[in-house]
Amino acid sequence: MNSRRISYFEASARARVAALADAGSFREYCPPAERRTSPHLARLDAPVAFDDGVVVGSATVDGRPVLIAAQEGRFNGGAVGEVHGAKIRGLLERAAREKPAAVLLLVDSGGVRLHEANAGLIAISEIMRALMAAQAAGVPVFAFVGGSCGAFGGMGIVTRLCDEVIMSEEGRLGLSGPEVIETVKGVGEFDSRDRALVWRVTGGKLRRALGEATRLVDDDARDFRAAAIAALSNHRRAPADLADLKAAQAALARRRSAHPETRDGLEVWRALGLPQPEAVPMLSSDAFNRQLHELSAEA
Amino acid sequence: MSDATLFDALFGAGRHEVVIDGHFVCGPARLDDTPVAVIGTWDTAAVDGNLALAIAGEVLRVVEADAGGTPRPIVFIADTQGQALSRREELLGLNGCFAHVARCVDLARRSGHATLTLIHGEAVSGGFLAFGMLADRVVALPDAQVRVMDLRAMSRVTKIELERLQTLAKASPVFAPGADNYWRMGAVSTLWESTGGDWPAMLTAELAAARQVAGQDVRARTGAERGGRGLADIVAREVAGA
Repeated sequence: MNSRRISYFEASARARVAALADAGSFREYCPPAERRTSPHLARLDAPVAFDDGVVVGSATVDGRPVLIAAQEGRFNGGAVGEVHGAKIRGLLERAAREKPAAVLLLVDSGGVRLHEANAGLIAISEIMRALMAAQAAGVPVFAFVGGSCGAFGGMGIVTRLCDEVIMSEEGRLGLSGPEVIETVKGVGEFDSRDRALVWRVTGGKLRRALGEATRLVDDDARDFRAAAIAALSNHRRAPADLADLKAAQAALARRRSAHPETRDGLEVWRALGLPQPEAVPMLSSDAFNRQLHELSAEA
Repeated sequence: MSDATLFDALFGAGRHEVVIDGHFVCGPARLDDTPVAVIGTWDTAAVDGNLALAIAGEVLRVVEADAGGTPRPIVFIADTQGQALSRREELLGLNGCFAHVARCVDLARRSGHATLTLIHGEAVSGGFLAFGMLADRVVALPDAQVRVMDLRAMSRVTKIELERLQTLAKASPVFAPGADNYWRMGAVSTLWESTGGDWPAMLTAELAAARQVAGQDVRARTGAERGGRGLADIVAREVAGA
């Protein structure tokens, strides 16, 4: 654990694991020495990685045992292929049996790896089932989103299955990336080059305001670690039984009717009654969290 | 197969009250003396938040109605071009709606409902992930298509020439569209290749098979046995340590 600020956004998957875990506690499963590379990338003459773009293992955080998976956004956009997906699935299955204090998923992924699209899609479905099985076994799963690829495609769905979603404003969470929507529907629907708009539609502050992210932190790995420690002692539980899911269904329907025409986060800030909607993108996470807290106290 | 003729073929005329409402389909049906619930998407739906909530709401109604009694099997119909592509849907968190649907299907499974998906028409990407792929068994009906993305779009994104992808697609089930490729990889349990045959009896047998694997995810193992996915099962078990 370093006392200096480490940008979570800029850090590699391994650096993020080192920053979140207690010093020296990380033990990797299926490490690079085992050379579990993707045969499908090799067949296309595309570069391979010895860890297939994801680091999985066990560690302690503030002394508590956890299992951790961290996707490497700099390898194929953190995209999920057969081996990559199987490592995350295996970790969640281990969690259901070993019952650690939590599973930490450091998500940084555009979703399915197209070079092995079918294997990736199936793998994400297997991760979804293994994740819900781990939760049913009593193990909470926390997602961390603050990397350059955000959490999109199937990994955006996986993230929203987690009990806690810890984000920075820099992290983005959604299903279809802005580039895909622009390519298919045109620049009028979503201008992917308008970076400010992209963040107002997918960024951490919007996700926190809508209640999808449970904690918003600054782009500092120390803050992500502090949020992990806080979540380990007191975390939200994802809805699981009939009563929970009926309440979740009603809340999702209410959100759609509360924002009938909304297409820009700015309209969400206005509807919430934030004092200076235009200034929201510039607020620190502390200031933003304080404003949200004051609004909920008034309500 | 179009309109309600599909449901006549599956259950027999007069043995179902499945209603098609735009891109949403649902209703009760019977197989012999067993009541089943049909829920799904229709007419190559682009699944948006409203459709996702309609599916989830219906799953919750079935689970609630059967609580304390005999949980009905649920037959999901997947006919989807994928998720709706829209800035508004993204802003409202379509991924969260899909996660909610997945949780509802998982609740149904944990509550004792057998779950089976029939792919009718197309099953693409996010629209298939949300509910169809979470069932304990998946059947591809004749002429069903399954894919993430077509090869031309894939060629643009991966910057690999289309001709090369087409050649490789013939040898590898890993990225080429096709229900048969998903069968080889274990994600489609059975291919129904002909519209002939006794579909109600076949469906009954599939539901019995779904019950046998309920709660287990056998897809990676099946994919290895069928030679379509060699590493998923081995690597997952290595990490799981079991």
